[in-house]
Amino acid sequence: MSEARTAILAALRAAPPRGPAPAPDFAVIGEKRWDAPERVARLRRAMAAVKTEFLDAGPGDWPRVVLEWVQAERLPNLLYGPGTAEGRALAAAWPAPGPGAPRLLAYDRPVEAFKGDLFGTVAAGFTTTLGGLAETGGLLLAPGPAEPRLLSLVPPVHLALLRADRIFDTLLQAFRELGWNREPPANALVVSGPSKTADIEQTLAYGVHGPKRLVVVLIN
Amino acid sequence: MAAEGDGLAGLEVDFLGASTRALADPQLRRNFRRAMDGLMAKRAALFADPAEWTRLRALGAGIRARNLGRLPELLETLERSLIRNGMAVHWARTPLEANRIVLELLRARGATAVVKGKSMVSEEMGLNHYLAEHGIEALESDLGEYIIQLDGEMPSHIIMPAIHKNKDQIARLFSQRIKEARYTEEVDELTAMARAVLRRKFEAADAGLSGVNFAVAETGTLCLVENEGNGRMSTHVPALHIALMGLEKVVERLDEVAPLYSLLTRSATGQAISTYLNLISGPRGEGELDGPREVHVVILDNGRSRIFQDPELAATLACIRCGACMNHCPVYTRIGGHAYEAVYPGPIGAILTPQVEGVGRRHELPHASSLCGACAEVCPVAIPITHLLIRLRREAGHRLPGTSVAGAGTARSGLEALGWRVWGWVLGHPAVYRCAAWCATRCWRLLPAGLPGLRAWTRTRSRPLAARRSLGERVRRQGVPRV
Amino acid sequence: MREVYFYATCLIDLFFPDAGMAGIELLQAAGVRVIFPDGQTCCGQPAFNCGYWEEARAVARRQLALFPRDLPVVLPSGSCAGMMKVHYPELFHGQPEAAAAVALAGRVHELTQFLVDELDLKLEDLGPPVKVTLHPSCHALRDQGVLDQPRALLRQLRNVELVELPRERECCGFGGVFAVREPGLSAAMAEDKAEAVRATGAALVLSTDGGCLLNLGGTLARQGPGPAAVHIAQFLRERSHGR
Repeated sequence: MSEARTAILAALRAAPPRGPAPAPDFAVIGEKRWDAPERVARLRRAMAAVKTEFLDAGPGDWPRVVLEWVQAERLPNLLYGPGTAEGRALAAAWPAPGPGAPRLLAYDRPVEAFKGDLFGTVAAGFTTTLGGLAETGGLLLAPGPAEPRLLSLVPPVHLALLRADRIFDTLLQAFRELGWNREPPANALVVSGPSKTADIEQTLAYGVHGPKRLVVVLIN
Repeated sequence: MAAEGDGLAGLEVDFLGASTRALADPQLRRNFRRAMDGLMAKRAALFADPAEWTRLRALGAGIRARNLGRLPELLETLERSLIRNGMAVHWARTPLEANRIVLELLRARGATAVVKGKSMVSEEMGLNHYLAEHGIEALESDLGEYIIQLDGEMPSHIIMPAIHKNKDQIARLFSQRIKEARYTEEVDELTAMARAVLRRKFEAADAGLSGVNFAVAETGTLCLVENEGNGRMSTHVPALHIALMGLEKVVERLDEVAPLYSLLTRSATGQAISTYLNLISGPRGEGELDGPREVHVVILDNGRSRIFQDPELAATLACIRCGACMNHCPVYTRIGGHAYEAVYPGPIGAILTPQVEGVGRRHELPHASSLCGACAEVCPVAIPITHLLIRLRREAGHRLPGTSVAGAGTARSGLEALGWRVWGWVLGHPAVYRCAAWCATRCWRLLPAGLPGLRAWTRTRSRPLAARRSLGERVRRQGVPRV
Repeated sequence: MREVYFYATCLIDLFFPDAGMAGIELLQAAGVRVIFPDGQTCCGQPAFNCGYWEEARAVARRQLALFPRDLPVVLPSGSCAGMMKVHYPELFHGQPEAAAAVALAGRVHELTQFLVDELDLKLEDLGPPVKVTLHPSCHALRDQGVLDQPRALLRQLRNVELVELPRERECCGFGGVFAVREPGLSAAMAEDKAEAVRATGAALVLSTDGGCLLNLGGTLARQGPGPAAVHIAQFLRERSHGR
């Protein structure tokens, strides 16, 4: 055990003992509840206010919606995680490679193997989400083996699939229902919009280090 | 921040001089006035319901009090959980120890290209300077920190480090210091320039340094709050991630982060939610294709365990570093952060800095306040800042039995102590007071204008006039009952 | 007949006795028997704020003994009311006077708060039209939540136009010893406050606090002709008494 550790803990323990503090009352943040349509409306409003874009889709046609959007935006490629059911559905709907067609790239090897491309030529990244937040807006993601961390961070555009029936009322509710408060994944993430800053004369600017655009594909 | 064992304790500080210069700088005053007004308005809009504010704040304060009540156990639990999750934990008593730990970690892995996410603890350590002395450049990636690093400055605010800078100053800085950059004052273009530069650095970095907003003991989770994405870049791209935290940042459960996070974003920048909330509970895991191979957490003391000894002053450690206190402080608004010559400025700085560096050395800071209470009113975890300012004033001038405050009693002025004794004698004896009141009212004009307090007062105010007869006298004459 | 103790506070006693008298007369006009204990001097706040608690206690102890009967204690100054109400229990914590301090704190009232909350005072406006603004003293505002009461009293006066002061919640810069210890900061705050007063176009700025009055009044006066600072009690008495 390090000397510093021993000394610090001993110093803290030398302080006069404190009486037990009462258990905090979480009711004020637990009370917020909205019905399903309100949850969607709240999330859309909050995220659109910080320049998040929305595409509406149905459970069957969302891969086509994604493809058409990528084509309309003239993006040369889209990076995705091939190990998810949604990833496979996307790949199934994707046209074969050809002139003018956007390429579907699989993030299927360690980042060390294609860092240059990831930072250089990948135009957009596609991920699923675990849900959304109604109170404040926001998407919940758990990057992992199937959808790596940098997929939703490095490409300048992040396309995120959100099921409208998976929107939680509050962050606390999400923590509890996703089990993050018991056993969080190695990386868990809440994203509420494209990256931004107000560091220059408090003027809002988008697209600093994270994605410049966040596009939510909302499945109703 | 100056403390024993890191050689900065000898640096001269002169708050009166620094604040006087700041007051005389119209651009600085304009910049801060505008910025603080904006931040206050944003916060007010997000806490428009007084009942909700009261309850949420009580929850936040209660959580922090509970955390602090169990600090040593929570730190041990945190360590166990972090290690179980595959992260390493290091403890540092002083900034120097922490710097050495970081340097050793970097050297052992041959890391020379280092990117930094925002970390106030790293400012306490003087880390960038230390690493530079040892041949390692740590590049700031938060836009505000990047800007001031280019200009060789310290942050002037704990949330918006470059808040003192104008667009044209930044434009000039970028055009001079960034290769191939042209002069532009367009915020979007300036931002794009910084993005391009830093993107290359993220890609090439061997190591990423970050702070920690909350460290969850139960689950072994580091919570990082940010808007730009540079925090995620710094913590997920390089192979080595080193997280720096003050020992007071530990909370017990992830549930507690929900209300604290809401209080933080609304108090700091008037946002309901930040762009990113990044929860790190391990390095690159089994099957993961990216993420750091190693995560190291450095827990820094730097005077906190000493602050913890005092039940009243320990409330200083509840701070979640939102900056609301300084945004609302009439003193900070007028002089900005640099005038404090400290890592943490404003009201939190005025109570924290003296306790870390010695209340004698920093006695000016607790006195740089009219005790208006605007800070305590907005503190999301209900730190009784004005009480603590008065307490530190007391500690500066008196060596109270059993005190654990650094430098207690070392700023005692014999003249002031005598002055208060005389004051106490006059006002403790009604007959003496009545006599003094009679003299004051009759002979006021005879008071020399050069009397120290009077001269300072009359520089910007008309000479105060004692009335012809005190109220006490008039009451007696008019027969108002006295029992 | 209701009875109260009246505590002048040292600044009102020495610099604004008219305001103190007005406060007493307002209470008397409302049918209250006002008792002015002999031997009152200072609440002790200056020494308390500067950390000289032994000296503050010596003075405060004397004040504690002035109010033997269980009657309200009314003060025409927000910061001094705050001192007795909020800080006396703190100052005497663990001391023999602890219980007495807590007991006193429970019956301390700032004047406008007493006039509105306890007496539900009704005023008639006998004065000519005038535009005024209000500076809520920090200690009254934050220690005791006093803001609505002065406003409520002023709103009763039909010929008085009350204009809100820009950044009204910001400190005027007095802070007691702060004004001489950090004169530059104090002056900057006072000057900004004075400028805000001028910007309202009001003829008068009203205050519930002797320190704020001294500071703001002095700053305005030094800057030349224009709005003056007046204690709210004095203003209310003049308007309702037609003096």
